[in-house]
Amino acid sequence: MTTDHAIIPSPQETGQMPGFVTVEVMGKKYRVPEGITVIQALWYTGHEMIRGIGCLGGTCGACGMVYRMPGRFELLNGLGCQTTVRDGMWFSMVANYPAAQAQYRVSDLTNAKEQLFELYPESARCVNCNACNRVCPQGIDVRSSIWYAVFGDFQKVADLTMSCNMCGLCITRCVADMPPNLIGLYARRAQGALYAPQAEELGRRIADVAEGRFRDELDQLLTLDPAELKARAAALSR
Amino acid sequence: MATDSLTESRERVDASRAARKGQTVALFPPAEKEVLLQKYHPDYKAEAYRALRIGPNAGQKTVHEVADLLEGDSPVAQADLKSVPDYTTDLLIIGGGGAGCTAALTARAAGVKVLLATKLRLGDSNTVMAEGGMQVAVKPGDSPVRHFLDTIKGGHFANDRELLKVLVEEGPSATQWLLSLGVLFDRDDDGNLRVRSGGATSTPRLLTCKDYTGLELMRVLKDALINEDVQVVEFAPAVELLSDGAGRCTGAILKNLDNNRFMTVHAKAVIVATGGSGRLHIQGFPTSNHFGATGDALPIAYRLGAELAFIDTFQYHPTGAIYPEPMAGLLVTEAIRAAGAQLVNRLGERFVNETDTRDVVAAAIIRECVEGRGVITPSGRRGVWLDAPLVDLVNGEGTLDTRFPNMRKLFSRYDIDIRAESVLIHPTLHYQNGGVKIGVNGDSTVAGLFVAGEASGGLHGRNRLMGNSLLDIIVFGRRAGQAAAAYAASTTQGPATLDHVAHFRDALRQAGITAPSASPRLIPDYVRREEATTRS
Repeated sequence: MTTDHAIIPSPQETGQMPGFVTVEVMGKKYRVPEGITVIQALWYTGHEMIRGIGCLGGTCGACGMVYRMPGRFELLNGLGCQTTVRDGMWFSMVANYPAAQAQYRVSDLTNAKEQLFELYPESARCVNCNACNRVCPQGIDVRSSIWYAVFGDFQKVADLTMSCNMCGLCITRCVADMPPNLIGLYARRAQGALYAPQAEELGRRIADVAEGRFRDELDQLLTLDPAELKARAAALSR
Repeated sequence: MATDSLTESRERVDASRAARKGQTVALFPPAEKEVLLQKYHPDYKAEAYRALRIGPNAGQKTVHEVADLLEGDSPVAQADLKSVPDYTTDLLIIGGGGAGCTAALTARAAGVKVLLATKLRLGDSNTVMAEGGMQVAVKPGDSPVRHFLDTIKGGHFANDRELLKVLVEEGPSATQWLLSLGVLFDRDDDGNLRVRSGGATSTPRLLTCKDYTGLELMRVLKDALINEDVQVVEFAPAVELLSDGAGRCTGAILKNLDNNRFMTVHAKAVIVATGGSGRLHIQGFPTSNHFGATGDALPIAYRLGAELAFIDTFQYHPTGAIYPEPMAGLLVTEAIRAAGAQLVNRLGERFVNETDTRDVVAAAIIRECVEGRGVITPSGRRGVWLDAPLVDLVNGEGTLDTRFPNMRKLFSRYDIDIRAESVLIHPTLHYQNGGVKIGVNGDSTVAGLFVAGEASGGLHGRNRLMGNSLLDIIVFGRRAGQAAAAYAASTTQGPATLDHVAHFRDALRQAGITAPSASPRLIPDYVRREEATTRS
């Protein structure tokens, strides 16, 4: 079914004609309805998308893109599924960008904070140009996260970068040639696996299950007739 | 239908807020609940369904969109099958979301050779979008028994109880595994895992990573996987399974989306973990699902003779955004209702207990719209208000900022400040409750074929409880990975044929099904075919 809700509703449905804007789609001018997203504009102009498209909800980072607006000198960035077209906008997708990803197994790290400099030696090369902060579609303070990583405060890295969708746009702009999103990922995983406190209640619950503490009661639930099961469930207070 | 403006209606919501705060709306009594569902829930709409004419589930009903897939034809011809395979492996995993990556990590740790093929990029999945959290009974006042009862109540007592027992018992150890990979669940001050309330549960049980829980899981699983010795083939969905001609699964045909050529994979065992089917837009609903969620598992497993379960029931998440237009379908997490956000109709009145099960809340919203108490957007969509500002009023200023940063961000991109403004929502197609029928090891009714995650069916019964799908993909991803690895290690590569496809085509003909459409669908077709207006 193509008459669904991923593209804009038709004028027949809305009873009104949409306005149009002119955009330059990867170097070619088109007129497209106003109010639609960059991804929807690509569909509207006949582009079948396989790369540069993902969750369509601003979360997966597949649809990084770069654009310019008339009368402004800056190169701007955004997510294609989250950016609406505007008149005069010129955009191209950045579906993928080469990055040097370190190989490591978190459980094998012995001194993760020092090993950062073996795995990502370029992490120490930040010159505070702030380009990463300007480019990040999630509004992350990327630059600070790198400095916290370098100084070994991985919890702070995690706090700053939890919303990172790994779109990689920061890599495209870093003058020190580092992959800030991958460094953040490394620091978060190390923090979670190696430095986070023991979750004692979880440990006790795992031991309870292993000892079979719930087994009899669960096995009993497997064979209860529906009426009894309903009564048991209804008895739980809310 | 009233034609008053959005602004006027929103002002009524603002005006009634103080009176609604602290007001209690009773849960539906069971009898009324049944009436409400039958009248308004899409699962009960008779004309949306038809009985299948062929295959293991012949005679059973499902929605037309799924029936079209199941009664569809394979895109593969005999000549597309290569005698010398492009890939040979012990275990082929189809799908690179949460369940597929979990299964791959587990199977690789068990020592077998693993090939993972996925339609888009590794990690592209519904997992990445899950906001609400993961249900695990970790708190001393909670227990796996309570988790079991809450879940089966939410599933209308239809859940496969053996699967459910495994889910609730293995939840804690699955969580420990995620922690060991580096997943950063939110913590209490004392270091224990923090739990949040979810809809239709008797006690707070949701583990969260703010409202990025699925994103955090997927980032970690993907990173863990690419650091292991597992071959990953991206942009290569499976379009057919292979069989030994005697009912055993022995590989698959992949389609390279770059050159549209078919590739043959020989495998001793196969795990299908291709996720759900929201992009089929069942009954014309918008969807919260990932671009790739086209239900690919269903037709390929069905043609090989795998039985399906609960394919007549889908979850319509009560709160999909309907305004602004580019956000249509996008999920607004249920956790925000658990945190106090109320549902309010055009008149500024509540009409349902917001913490009731998803199907009941969705049906109640549809009732409001059908009976003229809904709001109409400029694009013609209908819905009701979700009073988000109440969350800060009830829990203290800053709650929306700290607990729902993603939702804040998504709406603020359209200049909507959810701390001050209610937002418009309508049920959105969210989850495939059923799928390929599995046993406790992810085993389908076909030897050598395992299924995990949303593609499988049975665990969630007729309605999935919030937070149970993230746990599902981890617990059963691990189980399927373990069992499929053991199966692959204990067997030899059988002949890899398309005999079952030939049989299926015979069945299509005998049933008089002419000109079936090709399935799986793979990519939703949103591209406009008419000439776009160019100017140069």
